[in-house]
Amino acid sequence: MIVIETKNVTKVYEGVVPVTAVDGVSIQIEEGEFTAIVGPSGSGKTTLLNLIGGLDHPTTGEVWIGGKNISHLSKNELIDFRLHHIGFVFQAYNLIPVLSAKENVEFIMLLQKRSKSERISRAKELLKMVGLETRMNNRPGELSGGQQQRVAVARALASKPQFVLADEPTANLDSNSTAQLLDMMHDLNKKEKMTFLFSTHDQRVIDRAERVIMLEDGKVVGSELNG
Amino acid sequence: MMYLKLAWRNIWRNRRRTLITAASVFFAVSLAVLMRSLQHGAYDNMIRNAAGMYLGYVQVHHNGYWNDKSLNNTFTPDEALLKTLDIDPRVSTVVPRLESFALASSGNQTKTALVIGADPSKEASFTQLNKRITQGTYFSAGEDAALLGDELAKNLKLKVGDTLVLLGQGYHGYTAAGKYVIKGLIHFGSPDLNREVVYLPLQTAQLFYTIGNRLTSITLNLFKPKEAEIVARSLSQKLDKKYWEVMDWKQMMPQLEQLIQLDSSGGLVIIGILYLVIAFGVFGTILMMLAERQHEMGILTAIGMKPYKMGWMIFTELVLMVLLGVLAGIIASIPLVTYFKYHPIRITGQAAEAYEHFGLEPIFPFSTNPDIFISQGIVVLIICVMLSFYAWYKILRIDAVESMRM
Repeated sequence: MIVIETKNVTKVYEGVVPVTAVDGVSIQIEEGEFTAIVGPSGSGKTTLLNLIGGLDHPTTGEVWIGGKNISHLSKNELIDFRLHHIGFVFQAYNLIPVLSAKENVEFIMLLQKRSKSERISRAKELLKMVGLETRMNNRPGELSGGQQQRVAVARALASKPQFVLADEPTANLDSNSTAQLLDMMHDLNKKEKMTFLFSTHDQRVIDRAERVIMLEDGKVVGSELNG
Repeated sequence: MMYLKLAWRNIWRNRRRTLITAASVFFAVSLAVLMRSLQHGAYDNMIRNAAGMYLGYVQVHHNGYWNDKSLNNTFTPDEALLKTLDIDPRVSTVVPRLESFALASSGNQTKTALVIGADPSKEASFTQLNKRITQGTYFSAGEDAALLGDELAKNLKLKVGDTLVLLGQGYHGYTAAGKYVIKGLIHFGSPDLNREVVYLPLQTAQLFYTIGNRLTSITLNLFKPKEAEIVARSLSQKLDKKYWEVMDWKQMMPQLEQLIQLDSSGGLVIIGILYLVIAFGVFGTILMMLAERQHEMGILTAIGMKPYKMGWMIFTELVLMVLLGVLAGIIASIPLVTYFKYHPIRITGQAAEAYEHFGLEPIFPFSTNPDIFISQGIVVLIICVMLSFYAWYKILRIDAVESMRM
């Protein structure tokens, strides 16, 4: 089943000199894929992820998520759509600094108006799954970068999304943390059939991806399956 | 609850800024409360001096008396009137009076005198006339005795035990003449009153003016002086307007009311400037909060938090921050205000003489009226709400991608 589909998507940033960040990209991501979008800086990885994540509107073309065209949704409709269908993991973790790990995971379910008991039990379950059951009550400042990123993954999964978008999730992590994070996400992908789509230029992530989509100057220049 | 927890924790993310903002609100509220307490306390004192010491908070007259203070505009207090006044729970004392003018004479000295016929016991309980005796003793009902302003006695070269002769025009043109033993000398704050006042027991004055049991006014003391306007209005509705006029102290002393309004407006301008300065301070905090959390707000929008919820969160943070200052300001000012209520600031020298010249005690007691504290808190919170509109405006226009680049 196709979870993500872009149809000839183009994004042009207007300015004195218009910049085409994404140029006619058409890709399809199946449910349960573990896919990396790779390319050099400025190749349009983040822009493409933003378009797929409903953070930005394409200039032309369409983005379909779970069989729904999200290209013409309003700002508020997109916020709701993201809340219920997409999990985000960012390069700089971006947890809420004043909330504990558990509260950070709970927060997204609070936005979804889930009951308190459900929020607490799922937050605990997810933090256990990412190996942080002993650090639930620690705030982000008291966790290492790798641990914070694992909390971010737990938060992304808390809303029970259709897929997780991760924008260079290992960029700020050391080798050990990167390996642990990738192992954990790979496990989630296998056990939970969770679809992951990364943007990265980290070779360690590229090596673990099942499929790699190569982007250059905003265009897809190749797609290959690993191993 | 979690939003409140989040807002509370957020305001302590930058502890120093929060404390500075709350402290600026604290000083503004404390100063505003102290200033308004002083002003209102002084106004209450002026009103108490002017109304509570003699005029009364409400007076009932025969219709037209106030504009034509003649004995022909007097009235006989009927049962229905007295019952209406007696049963009003807001009225503490009902004081009947007969006032007119006469010539006061002794030997070859003659002066114009304001003759006040007063019920000795009621007058003592309301205006505490008995405590104004400087020489001699207080009079009692039915005595042919007079109490004289000390300046008038001096001008007429009279002392306690001497006889005062009064000559004037009585009811319907009768000649009014009488002689009275001076039982005591009295002193008021107002030099005018000291120069001209003569108190007679009510029945003695009625006999002097050959007026039966008629009165010029019934003066009312109230449990809550601030209710004067309401009491006057409700009594006006109950009494027949054709025969009666009911006036509160504001109608009887419009100059005092205007003076208070003018002074109060000046105070409000100063407080307005104070709050304007505070508003800029709080606005600066809002700008900093928005700027330093732009990226975070972009992330929150990205993960699915609606901007209006972020707006509420920032608004809650602002309210909590300002509330800290407001509550601290109010709590800190309560002991000071209470102290100065019971130990008023007393002015001395020429300023004190000027106050006494107008019959006012030269003191500045503070007011502990809860309205003063509540209104300052409400004003600051309204400023906070108005300033938060800017935050709302910025947050509702937030763009996740742009903000995450910050």
